[in-house]
Amino acid sequence: MLSLTTTAFLSFGLWVHHMFATHIPDLGKSFFTAASMMIAIPTALQIFCWITTMWKGRLDLRTPMLFVLAFFFILVLGGLTGIMVASVPLDLQLHDTYFVVAHLHYVLLGGAVFPLFGAWYYWFPKITGRMMGERLGRWQFWLFFIGFNVAFYPMHHLGLQGMPRRVYTYPVEMGWGALNFLSTAGALMIAASVLVFIVNALRSHRGGMLAGENPWGAGTLEWATASPPPAYNFERPPVVRARDPLWEPIDQPPAEPTQVTGLAERAREALVTTVLDAMPSHRLVFPHPTVWPFISAVTITVMFIGSIFTPWAVVWGGVPVAIAVTLWFWPKREEKLESLALEKRP
Amino acid sequence: MNHRSLDVSGLPSYKFSHASLMWWGLMGLIAIEGMAFALSVAMYFYLWSQAQQWPIAAAPPDLRWGTLNALVLLASIYPNHWTKRVAEDGNEPAMRIGLLVCSLFGAALIAVRALEFTTLNCRWDTNAYGSIVWLILGLHTTHLVTDVYDTIVLAALFFAPGRAKAAATSTSRRTRCTGTSSSGAGCRSTP
Repeated sequence: MLSLTTTAFLSFGLWVHHMFATHIPDLGKSFFTAASMMIAIPTALQIFCWITTMWKGRLDLRTPMLFVLAFFFILVLGGLTGIMVASVPLDLQLHDTYFVVAHLHYVLLGGAVFPLFGAWYYWFPKITGRMMGERLGRWQFWLFFIGFNVAFYPMHHLGLQGMPRRVYTYPVEMGWGALNFLSTAGALMIAASVLVFIVNALRSHRGGMLAGENPWGAGTLEWATASPPPAYNFERPPVVRARDPLWEPIDQPPAEPTQVTGLAERAREALVTTVLDAMPSHRLVFPHPTVWPFISAVTITVMFIGSIFTPWAVVWGGVPVAIAVTLWFWPKREEKLESLALEKRP
Repeated sequence: MNHRSLDVSGLPSYKFSHASLMWWGLMGLIAIEGMAFALSVAMYFYLWSQAQQWPIAAAPPDLRWGTLNALVLLASIYPNHWTKRVAEDGNEPAMRIGLLVCSLFGAALIAVRALEFTTLNCRWDTNAYGSIVWLILGLHTTHLVTDVYDTIVLAALFFAPGRAKAAATSTSRRTRCTGTSSSGAGCRSTP
């Protein structure tokens, strides 16, 4: 979590690395190079966390995990070329070449698309109640993984050879033909992979193997309820004692409670726990559905659009906003009675 | 499956400080709005660093109303804090008085602010200096007006008639509920 937050924080101060080839002061270039390279530290920490998590765990090498492994592999490669282009002298050479295209696809597809596919395979059974087909899943994975590398790896070399990005053609004598042809073949493999994915999803949705509550033997709470889950998730909230509640020893002492009772059944009451230890703290009644947030949003929209045409719109437009948010806040009789009935002083 | 239950019906229905969800929401709001103020102040100094003279072609704002407003703002800490304390003690009559006093302080702040706007010695549309001064003061006035309005609405709520009746009704409902041990709101439910 800390490394993720640090990465996010550093990201606020490195965006100029997209503009190294423009006229900016040297001090700026140094600062943004440093910030871009510093990203390597929290990111590396995060990657080592992933590795140790896998090291300590028992891997289930079905399709979701394959996508996760590929995500690590490809994102790390994208990160390494990231360190290269973070350096201003090298970036000036590689700017606007296919090297950048290769880099950004390794980062974006590695960081977002591979995990997205993995997540789809992982939670599809929870959402639909049926498993995605494993055999087609493996076909899709390998087509995608190999196709991705065949399509984007050659672009590093094309970029180093000087091929500019955002061109649709080039003279034959540049000698970029063979690698571009390879890229095209890779792109076709990716297309085939996505086709396999769509077929797999449609077939599995209709006739996939029934998943049951927890097809992966996973440890988190969503796997403790039916697939697909009922609208209320749990009839009564389960009592959680560990980070992975479903991996707790089953033969717990009989005195330990397993579910929470005593929350109102006719009001939207929820249990609030303490921040760090998650001990029961108090009960909280949530409000009923209401149209006022929507009306407030409409009045605010009117106010801002009006303010484009006259500054006085902020004044007269503010009146309906104030009325709407006040009525939103104003207690309704039914809800007030409900809350008072449930009220208990600390 | 054989379930053993953890009965939470005895827990309080609200808590203060960092136990409360509202507190976290408010902290988030303060972080966001504080950032908006920090950015505006940074803008002021940035424009100052780029300008040949500062203030640009204008006399600096008169200090009288601004200073008075700063003093009233500082003084308003006391009634606000007092109201918070009596509210957390559950002392409703005292809290009502507190809300009234806080509303009056708010009204005074807005009145002095209106006077302050007349002595800025610049317009928002002449140059960068005028724009940033009006931006900062406008940003703060927006917060002032919305906050005072909030306080007044809250005070009105606590003075609204019918509160005592509602409380009485709820007590009778609660008694009835505990008596029959049905599955109604607020009752202890046994599996």
